[in-house]
Amino acid sequence: MSHYSAFSIFRNALSGNRHWPRVWRNPHPKPSYDVVIVGAGGHGLATAYYLAKEHGIHNVAVIEKGWLGGGNTVRNTTIVRSNYMMPGNTMFYERSMKLWENLSQDINYNVMFSQRGQYNLCHSPGQMDTARRRGNIMRANGIDAELFDRAEVQRRLPYLDYSPNARFPIHGAIYQSRAGTARHDAVAWGYARAADRQGVDIIQQCEVTGYLRDGDRITGVETTRGPIRAGKVGLAVAGHTGHLAAMAGLRLPIETHVLQAFVTEPLKPMVDTVISFGAAHFYVSQSDKGGLVLGGDLDGYNSYAQRGGLPMVEHTLASAKALMPSVSRLKLLRHWAGVMDMSMDGSPFITKTSVDGLYLNGGWCYGRFKATPASGWCYAHLLAKDEPHTHAAEFRLDRLARGAMIDEKGVGAQPNLH
Amino acid sequence: MIINHPLLGPRDAAEFVYLGDASLMVRPDWQDENAAEKFYQYMYLRDNPAGRQRELWYHEQGDRSWLIVTRDTTTHEISSVELARDVALAGKGK
Ligand SMILES: Cc1cc2nc3c(=O)[nH]c(=O)nc-3n(C[C@H](O)[C@H](O)[C@H](O)COP(=O)(O)OP(=O)(O)OC[C@H]3O[C@@H](n4cnc5c(N)ncnc54)[C@H](O)[C@@H]3O)c2cc1C
Repeated sequence: MSHYSAFSIFRNALSGNRHWPRVWRNPHPKPSYDVVIVGAGGHGLATAYYLAKEHGIHNVAVIEKGWLGGGNTVRNTTIVRSNYMMPGNTMFYERSMKLWENLSQDINYNVMFSQRGQYNLCHSPGQMDTARRRGNIMRANGIDAELFDRAEVQRRLPYLDYSPNARFPIHGAIYQSRAGTARHDAVAWGYARAADRQGVDIIQQCEVTGYLRDGDRITGVETTRGPIRAGKVGLAVAGHTGHLAAMAGLRLPIETHVLQAFVTEPLKPMVDTVISFGAAHFYVSQSDKGGLVLGGDLDGYNSYAQRGGLPMVEHTLASAKALMPSVSRLKLLRHWAGVMDMSMDGSPFITKTSVDGLYLNGGWCYGRFKATPASGWCYAHLLAKDEPHTHAAEFRLDRLARGAMIDEKGVGAQPNLH
Repeated sequence: MIINHPLLGPRDAAEFVYLGDASLMVRPDWQDENAAEKFYQYMYLRDNPAGRQRELWYHEQGDRSWLIVTRDTTTHEISSVELARDVALAGKGK
């Protein structure tokens, strides 16, 4: 498999781009692997890549019921940031940011990571105070954060509504300049190609339907393409975590909820950054093709349907218009939804389970595309060494029973509010 | 989604607030020997089924009653709606 470089582009251009090799193999499942990862989303693929590259474990399969990167990885609004302030979270997301910053070079695939910055708008003096506190915690941990007053936000984002009629007044914003977006497909494809080059088998169109057991221990998976034995089985199935865990007899602190996203018709460059409008739970960026990428809140009820309802369409578009009146005549081009693993405290799990041989990566809620590299990095560490990586040491299942929730928003055990 | 309220007829789901699995109606006994473990399970663990689920909806922008809605989480089809009060009084809380 060829290495991508300026030279390879030039050479292939000369031969009419007819000789590019396939990007990854399409192997038949072997009877047995050292590690089987279930779910070829970004998290599963990154895990397989780091298992091979960092820990020398190459006999790995990633098993995917559909096609790789067909789940939340490619349904999300691609915002990447590391502005978390709870112990246990802060350094994990910063680790992820550092991995993002070198990801394209590392996996030799352009993930189009664009550090265009992200603004979290504040709409009251109280919100400014909490933003200041968050910023201070970030800076104390060596993470960049800046606090802007209203005048500075207005200078930088002149197209927002600053009039007396604005639905929520803008008091200022907290800004992370290293935040931004990445091309979601490229993240899945890049990790898939890099893992494949390390000898990892990516097996698509193969659904895990149960587990192989030896006594109490899980020793592999039943799939629609036959049984596959494994030294260790690692789940990375996002919204499907609940029922894959249930098959192993586990009840988890997770509910599956649906979130929608939207893209408008293309515009000339307008929003050259990422803006989060906390008062209405709305966020916006502009894709390289020019469409505004809009996201809102969860629909609010448990769902595995991968399609949302109209009230949230209305909420998101009303928020867009409240924030940027100039978009009111734009048409939507596309609209879709993904099903997410909402955890009880809004934070994830990268952990062993009470079932021998079964490992869990889940509870990513609707905001952990950003965690893809660090999630893979720490999960690979756990699978290889059987002990948690220091940056993910708090993401254990027993934290809730111990009363040690990592509740960044402080809303309690109500998944649809995180 | 339309919820067929037993008293008020078909209402838009947007008028309701969603709480979650209807088993939340039945709180563990705080004097139970294993109260801590039971409250942990009550508070944090969920069946989270892909399929039929009985769930609590509160008609906040209506008559403020709690309903138990039986709904399929894969299709959003609603198969029954009951007043939570009736269910509780009949001792069928689950
Ligand atoms: C609309 C929307 C907007 C979002 N916006 C953002 C954002 O701006 N920033 C951010 O950081 N995050 C965002 N997220 C969240 C983010 O997308 C997810 O947290 C993240 O992608 C989860 O990653 P994953 O790779 O584990 O999941 P997925 O890509 O969903 O991977 C899980 C895979 O498991 C497979 N699978 C499931 N069951 C089985 C089975 N039985 N056998 C085999 N395979 C199976 C699925 O087919 C799927 O491919 C958003 C999510 C959505 C839906």
